[in-house]
Amino acid sequence: MIGVQNVTKYYGQVCALDGVSFTVKSGEIVGLLGPNGSGKTTLMRILTGFFPATEGSVHVAGLDVATSSLEVRNRLGYLPENVVLYPDMSVRAFLHFCARVKIDGAVQRRTNVERVLSECALEPMAHRQMGTLSKGYRQRVGLAQALLGNPEVLILDEPTVGLDPNQVIDIRELIKGLGGKATILLSSHILHEVELMCERVVIIDKGRILAEDTTDRLSERIQGAANVRVRASGPPTDILNALRALKAVDQVIEHDAESDGPEGAVFTVRSSNHDIAREIAQTIIHNGWALHELRPVTLDLEALFVRLTREERKEAA
Amino acid sequence: MFVNFWAVLNKELRSYFLSPFIYLISAVFLLLSGYYFYSDLVFYVQFGFGMNIMENFWQLMFTDLRLVIMLTVPFLTMRLFAEEKRLGTIELLLTYPMRDTDLFWGKFAACAIATLFMLSFTLIYPVLMFFLQPFDWTLVLPGYVGLVMLALSFIACGLFISSLTDNTVVAGLGSLGALLFFWILSWNDGATQFGLISTIASVSMVTHFQSFARGLIDSKEITFFLLFIIFFSFLTLRSLEARHWKGRR
Repeated sequence: MIGVQNVTKYYGQVCALDGVSFTVKSGEIVGLLGPNGSGKTTLMRILTGFFPATEGSVHVAGLDVATSSLEVRNRLGYLPENVVLYPDMSVRAFLHFCARVKIDGAVQRRTNVERVLSECALEPMAHRQMGTLSKGYRQRVGLAQALLGNPEVLILDEPTVGLDPNQVIDIRELIKGLGGKATILLSSHILHEVELMCERVVIIDKGRILAEDTTDRLSERIQGAANVRVRASGPPTDILNALRALKAVDQVIEHDAESDGPEGAVFTVRSSNHDIAREIAQTIIHNGWALHELRPVTLDLEALFVRLTREERKEAA
Repeated sequence: MFVNFWAVLNKELRSYFLSPFIYLISAVFLLLSGYYFYSDLVFYVQFGFGMNIMENFWQLMFTDLRLVIMLTVPFLTMRLFAEEKRLGTIELLLTYPMRDTDLFWGKFAACAIATLFMLSFTLIYPVLMFFLQPFDWTLVLPGYVGLVMLALSFIACGLFISSLTDNTVVAGLGSLGALLFFWILSWNDGATQFGLISTIASVSMVTHFQSFARGLIDSKEITFFLLFIIFFSFLTLRSLEARHWKGRR
């Protein structure tokens, strides 16, 4: 449904995208994950025909975005990043304007506007001027206009940014509910969020794709090595040596003295064995030291990027 | 086909007429043109009463209205593209299934309607004048045709400048400067005889308006204004398209 082939984009001398290729199948929800400035928005703007790629080609619904821009835009709903809307226009008037451009037939227009108002829980705000809306509601108006006319393809740039936790859950449910009906590409810089909404993730950094996989396999890959945080009191060097002596342990990092609380020293243990926590507990108790804390540390996005770039370098070497 | 044009026109008209701005501009416009009417009338009564009303009153009046339109149109055009760019809504509009031309002409038509709305209030002057001293209406009509053509060419120019920036103040000041420059070029023929400046002076819409003020509809001048409008709309559409060229190697 969406095909990106070898897309490169330059802004002057700055390379924003460098040979990006991936596909999104019909009805799939794919997350584009990357830190700020990684090229997510640039890629989405190319997909929506806002501007073309410097090199490479982009297809949406089997149509080339560069040559059949209008037909593509007819099939597409787009939520741009930082939706700022006409401040002196009411929500309903704005959606009617969008519907006039996107949908044929007055009756369809009206039913579509009412449908998206209710889907995005905007009915109580329909008469309000958009300038008076909170960020969360503006985001929902942005989403509502993207959903007008049931587009085959939805491109959502950071759909849940700026929403409060309850709203995030609502929007997430809404997007998940659209899966199967529409093909969705959404971007985010929050790993957890992409995991919750998407079947597949494309990880992008500095304009290049680092990884592309299903969320399950990706988390497996991330958790291929478990990190465990240990806090124990006892002679720090002895503890360190004991932990290093464990069979499945790859690496033990002892934290600075300042981070040591009154209750012992802090270590991070990296291992490929998921059961390492039990072994650590046994070792510490067996030695007669006190164990204050033992918990798995989940990798955050930053750590994931470090991991992925390292893997890439290894492959290259 | 025209659906999108109407959608844009409708949106822009709402945004003009539902905000107090257009009424404020109209008030200033009418204050200035009202004073001109009064002062031209005083001049006519004192120096030219009973003599040629075209030469001694209407020609002055239209020339003065020309200046007032020049001073107010930039305020109507300045936000049309600059604000869409500043808000970021231009990104939405340009990714909708809509041609750039629909967007441009929708905005152009809305601004033309707003200007005509403002200008329509000045029709009270010929009506008042007619009661004071009846005159031949067909001589005043060309003046209004000229004002409309002039206003449309100002709008085309202002829209182009608005499409270059995301700052409404820059857009307004830029258009005002451009229009005033075209006007100043008509002051001293001696200064505009040479080189590039003579070329610019020859396309000054201000000088091309003069025959209308004298009560003539010259098809050559109508053609000039149409070409002027087409030229600037072409430039504006290229400026909207510029996002496609940037970053191309």
